[in-house]
Amino acid sequence: MGRYLSKKIAIYLVTFVFAVTLNWVVPRLVPGDPITSLLARFSGLEGGKEILQSYFVQTFGLDKPLWSQYLGFWRSLFMGELGISITRFPSPVIDIIKNAIIYDFIILLPSIILSWIIGNKLGALSGVNKTADNFLMPVFYFLTSSPYFWFALVVSYLLGIVLDIFPISHAYSAALTPGWNWIFIADFIMHWFLPFITMFLVQLGGWAIGMRNMIIYETNTNYSRYMESLGASRRLIRNYGYRNGILPQVTGLAISLGTIISGGVLTQVVFAYPGLGYTMVQAIRQSDYFLIQGCFLFLILMVLAANFIVDIVYMIIDPRVRHSYSEEV
Amino acid sequence: MAKGSFWKRHENLYFAVTNKKVLFGACLFTAILLLSIIGPYLTPYEHDEFAGPGYLPPSKEHWFGTTLQGRDVYTGVVYGLRSTLLVGFLAGTIASAIGLVVGFISGYNSGRAADEGLMMVTNVFMVIPSLALLILLSAYLPYRGIVTQSLIVSATAWPWTARAVRSQTMSLRSQEFVNLSRISGLSTFRILKEDIAANMFSYVFMVYILQFNGTILASVGLEFLGLGPTRGISLGLILQNAVNWNALHLGMWWWIIIPGLLLTLLIVSLYFINTGLDEVFNPRLREL
Repeated sequence: MGRYLSKKIAIYLVTFVFAVTLNWVVPRLVPGDPITSLLARFSGLEGGKEILQSYFVQTFGLDKPLWSQYLGFWRSLFMGELGISITRFPSPVIDIIKNAIIYDFIILLPSIILSWIIGNKLGALSGVNKTADNFLMPVFYFLTSSPYFWFALVVSYLLGIVLDIFPISHAYSAALTPGWNWIFIADFIMHWFLPFITMFLVQLGGWAIGMRNMIIYETNTNYSRYMESLGASRRLIRNYGYRNGILPQVTGLAISLGTIISGGVLTQVVFAYPGLGYTMVQAIRQSDYFLIQGCFLFLILMVLAANFIVDIVYMIIDPRVRHSYSEEV
Repeated sequence: MAKGSFWKRHENLYFAVTNKKVLFGACLFTAILLLSIIGPYLTPYEHDEFAGPGYLPPSKEHWFGTTLQGRDVYTGVVYGLRSTLLVGFLAGTIASAIGLVVGFISGYNSGRAADEGLMMVTNVFMVIPSLALLILLSAYLPYRGIVTQSLIVSATAWPWTARAVRSQTMSLRSQEFVNLSRISGLSTFRILKEDIAANMFSYVFMVYILQFNGTILASVGLEFLGLGPTRGISLGLILQNAVNWNALHLGMWWWIIIPGLLLTLLIVSLYFINTGLDEVFNPRLREL
């Protein structure tokens, strides 16, 4: 158990170091020298000279050797300094990210958890009920094959334009000021619904297909046949199959977190929902390199944290991991 | 009689061509493939040419309607489909190849330093959200072609293949016939090639289909963000233009629904082939 966790944590640490290094290396490798052009743009802004003095020289130390530039990058990272946004000058990148990340949480958390639970239930139903299977499977295949951003467009066309129920962009109406009153909360939920349902539905298909196959596989194993010969009810056998089928699904969740968060980025772009993904894409369009780097770093941190939670959940529900740890479970 | 013995020798092929899912998927895939091959010859327009008045719904002259600027959507879609299939083919092939090589080496040497190192790299790449990495890479590359795009997409697509192939290799490695080859003094390369890869052919084929799907989805996502190839047309780019020109608010469903629907059907068809083949190769799944 300790070995299981420490190995996972080692992987996450290496990933983090890798991501930070990538963040540092990529702008230095590419032609066109983005840093120099950024310096030029900053010096044109009011107060930009002071930023140049303090932040750039300390963090980038462009006159110093490479290794010391790299260490400086880490140092300022640990001090929470991710630079200054050039498009929203002079707000620090870290503040922009703090405001954006909440939108990622409220879309991603409910959609991941709910689609995983409901997808598994529907998949299990599909695995034992032939009629349900014939009807549901094509739907699931369609959902899981849809690109997130296209599905977002379809949903916003149908529910936003044709039926005109939900607003199709931004997190709340521009006329309202955020606050704890019912008008704002209702407006916020209406804006939240479409990105949420997009993420929810596209993920749903994959979990259902996975669980359906697991159930069919499990009900044909020897232990199921043995239970059948003992006269156990189909329901009981199915429940045991479900419990065994859940484990690969948890692993599947860990594997697909990166894809899900990528899908979240695209969904946010379609709905102009101001989470990290939307912020990052905006930053690219305006070559706001510090903001791109900051968003990248926090997206990685989010995936790492989510992976860690899934690992702990796996450890809790799989007795084999609790007792001994082997890589191929 | 001769025909009967042919099917006996190629039992899997028999199950494949009689499997409804495989048939359905193969027909759909062929139709879309034909559309991308023949489609461009059926249109008198170029994809960036002004073909008529803008804002036209699908009609006899413009099968999929026209965009706001009067470009023919059908023309854009068939050319875009070509580039999407090309990227899927290139990136899917590269990603599968990397995944296979890493998986074979790692699985065959499991427990040793080579395996530990490779698996560490694999796990790191698995955790990183591919789109974020792709955005970071694409953002700093001023010029991108189809090959560049395929390379960056496949750079993040291979890890799960490597893990899957590794565990398959590990289970095959402990089989008797592999041990026999090893005692007989066969080289590691020949064992991998003749004993392990040959027995995983069906599995590798399915992995390749899934890679094809995954890389298409990833590259279309990039194109939608405007980070695809800097020249030419693609399905993602058509959709990006549709969004930028407010096709949603203008009710131009043909500009948005049709390109994405074709893409989704393409991926559905490959999933069907994949699931069908799964049933062909794993008799246990056939029963339902």
